[in-house]
Amino acid sequence: MSSGAFQILRPGKVFWLTAGVAAALALSGLAGAHHMESAGHWVTGMNNRVVWGLPHVFAVFLIVAASGALNVASIASVFKKASYKPLSRLSGLMAMALLVGGLSVLVLDLGRPDRLIIAMTYYNFKSIFAWNIFLYTGLLVVVAAYLWMMFEPRMHRFVGAVGKVAFIWRLVLTTGTGSIFGVLVAREAFGSIVFVPMFISMSLSFGTAVMLLAIILMFRLNNLPVKDEVITKLRSLLAYFVITVAFFVAVDHLTRLYTVGDTGVERFLLVDGGIYPLLFWAGQCLLGTVIPGIMLLTPRLAGRFPTVVASLLVLLGAFAQLYVLIVGGQAFPMDIFPGYTETSSYFDGVVAGYQPSLPELALGLGGIGLALLIALLATRVLPFLPQAPVDQPGG
Amino acid sequence: MRRTAGKRLARGWIAGLLLGAATLCIPGVLFSDVAKPQIPSARGEQCVEPVEIMRRDHFDFMKHDRDTTVHEGVRSIKHSLAGCIDCHASRDTGGQFISINAEGQFCQTCHTYAAVKIDCFTCHAAVPATKVSQSP
Amino acid sequence: MSESEYSKSGSLRRRFFTQAGGGVALLALAPGVRLAELAIAASDDEPVSDKHRWGLWVDTSRCVDGCDKCVSACNEEHGLSGMDRPETDAQWIRKVDLQDEVTGRELSLPLMCQHCEEPPCVDVCPTGASFRREDGIVLVDKHICIGCRYCMMACPFHARAFIHEELSGQKTHSPRGKGVVESCTLCVHRVDEGRTPACVEACSNAGNDALVFGDLKDEEGRLALILDENEGVELRSDLELNTAVRYSEV
Ligand code: HEC
Ligand code: HEC
Ligand code: HEC
Repeated sequence: MSSGAFQILRPGKVFWLTAGVAAALALSGLAGAHHMESAGHWVTGMNNRVVWGLPHVFAVFLIVAASGALNVASIASVFKKASYKPLSRLSGLMAMALLVGGLSVLVLDLGRPDRLIIAMTYYNFKSIFAWNIFLYTGLLVVVAAYLWMMFEPRMHRFVGAVGKVAFIWRLVLTTGTGSIFGVLVAREAFGSIVFVPMFISMSLSFGTAVMLLAIILMFRLNNLPVKDEVITKLRSLLAYFVITVAFFVAVDHLTRLYTVGDTGVERFLLVDGGIYPLLFWAGQCLLGTVIPGIMLLTPRLAGRFPTVVASLLVLLGAFAQLYVLIVGGQAFPMDIFPGYTETSSYFDGVVAGYQPSLPELALGLGGIGLALLIALLATRVLPFLPQAPVDQPGG
Repeated sequence: MRRTAGKRLARGWIAGLLLGAATLCIPGVLFSDVAKPQIPSARGEQCVEPVEIMRRDHFDFMKHDRDTTVHEGVRSIKHSLAGCIDCHASRDTGGQFISINAEGQFCQTCHTYAAVKIDCFTCHAAVPATKVSQSP
Repeated sequence: MSESEYSKSGSLRRRFFTQAGGGVALLALAPGVRLAELAIAASDDEPVSDKHRWGLWVDTSRCVDGCDKCVSACNEEHGLSGMDRPETDAQWIRKVDLQDEVTGRELSLPLMCQHCEEPPCVDVCPTGASFRREDGIVLVDKHICIGCRYCMMACPFHARAFIHEELSGQKTHSPRGKGVVESCTLCVHRVDEGRTPACVEACSNAGNDALVFGDLKDEEGRLALILDENEGVELRSDLELNTAVRYSEV
């Protein structure tokens, strides 16, 4: 693979239009964050019971997808599948862009984003969250090194080794992200070890869906042909990942129902919790799993358009899943006094309310806009995209 | 492609230089307007440290002592923020205390001059504790 | 700990104590013991040490349904005025009304930070802003809190509050402000001066004496004596947090 096989985009109108939309999203995200920070978080839907809301749904989505997006590069350099090689730069780029987008949302939602320097200088090494800060910034460094190895001909021989490091790093990273919720033993909806494999499979699924969209979009903007072979392979990979996620989601609910015996929270999430069961069954299961699963496994629907639709549906399901997981998990009241009904002025014993607000939504979408903007602009500066049709080994 | 890269580099340099020049101008613009601080006078004989040292290191002292109070429960610290306010807050003509961080007040004058922003008074009371707020 | 053999052996004595007679006995004992506690309280200029572990005893049989003297005392002490937005206003201590799902028996009690020995909030805090002082008081160092609210996700008692807006008129001894998390400090500023927390004082001033403050490590102290005589229920004992706030019965 020589660097001559890659190129810098020669952008057309559609490229700049897309970049403009991305920039507008990112800017409105900044505006939303600014409003939240200057007025205080009371202008959001978040409150003392639901302390993590829409921004965290977006941030976790972006971070989880980031590590999954790197999968394509891993397949190329760790598992030595040459047909993916022309896409590995884009894969590394998407991983970094999504991660930066997600981290920005996370930071801008802090109560004191101005104290970012404290987050970097004071570490509590018992905290899984502190480890995650490490893992996230570490992944940025590792992927940057990985990309450099790919770009620099003299470094090509190290690509495999760095690729392995990146591969392991991102597995640990998703383990860490899953553990953020997995260690919260006090809350019935969290605190499960199943979160670890579930988050790893989620990252593969979300990341692959994003990569499919990114490949189709980038090549479209570039008038580059993509041969069907790679798309077809990624489609079936995505189908398997979607099924794996569904499996772990089922395991998660079943362990809670039968092993732990937390039927209350399961009733809430699956039956009578209002918006949450609706999002779970209609959003996550039907639109996010069953329909795209069938579409991806149906050869007749292997065209570009159905692929885009299926990938978007997977992402829709991803949001539904994370919303139910993060917000729904907090909305369900903690059982501080088992065997008693509880009432108080601090919302003990009742389902907590949460109304997503416009600034939060803007901030979340801003993260996506920022990720897209970074990815687009990077392709203008460095040769991330292959010149030749993608599925020719070696470009 | 070489050529475009070269052009891009040149453009970057020019932008960088312009930005640098602009940054250099900022202090001049900021300070030209601002009068030397008029520091309101304090109660008490003297400060908790020699004035020269205090001017230079007050925030380091406070940061150090703050940890002593918050983490070790030592309340008799020398560089207590509440202490600064007790001695340095001024009263208005009606005898009411003025926020020590208000325009022209003790903690604010120098900071405007030095373009320093502090967040202490988003939490800390900026006037001395009155008998009412000190619980029985 | 609701069904241990421990609770069976203690049940007789506990019943004695929680009935009126026991209450009177406690009242009579109280003044002398409190003086003793003042003497052992940390001095102003010595760092706190693990020689003490401050805790609370909540006698739910003495806690009056509908009384919220402890809550208003806390609000007054720390200037928790609120913005009339219940979902985002801070509460450090609250009254919880309980009804047994089987017997229908009603119970009213105060709930606040339980000052765990193994506090989940401290474990998860990325910067170390949530910390446990040597003497067992769990605090937020608001100078290094970044407002991530992970501690609020982790707290099993929903004892923490995030400051959702700019505040004004704070008390000198209780700085509070936007963007950070806070919770009951066990009135650390009073404890360091050898005084009791505001809620305890208010409860005893109201003549209820449902709250007792003391040193769990002082074997002769009032708290230890009470816990010798009574079971001392820990909330969420399944999590093995070894809380410093103990309830007579839940
Ligand atoms: C987010 C709220 C917050 C901010 C902002 C804040 N503090 Fe504090 N500060 C506290 C709290 C809470 C205490 C503990 C009070 C106690 O335990 O009695 C404290 C205690 C202190 C103390 C020890 C007590 C005293 O009065 O001397 C010092 C010194 C102090 N802070 C200095 C500062 C300085 C200097 C700044 C600005 C750079 C600052 N603080 C900003 C909340 C804050
Ligand atoms: C006992 C009262 C007292 C306390 C407490 C006190 N100061 Fe002072 N401070 C004074 C006095 C009096 C002066 C003027 C001394 C002089 O001019 O010789 C002074 C002077 C200063 C100056 C120099 C002002 C100038 O003219 O340049 C600074 C800065 C200062 N104090 C900061 C602080 C800070 C910060 C604290 C809290 C940590 C503090 N002081 C606590 C009494 C006090
Ligand atoms: C004599 C002038 C003067 C006075 C009066 C003064 N300061 Fe300062 N302060 C400074 C200067 C100058 C700096 C910046 C020093 C530096 O950055 O090296 C500073 C910095 C600080 C900082 C650190 C800010 C940061 O972000 O690094 C804090 C905190 C602070 N001051 C608190 C106070 C408080 C509280 C008072 C009132 C009790 C006060 N200062 C009064 C001159 C003053």
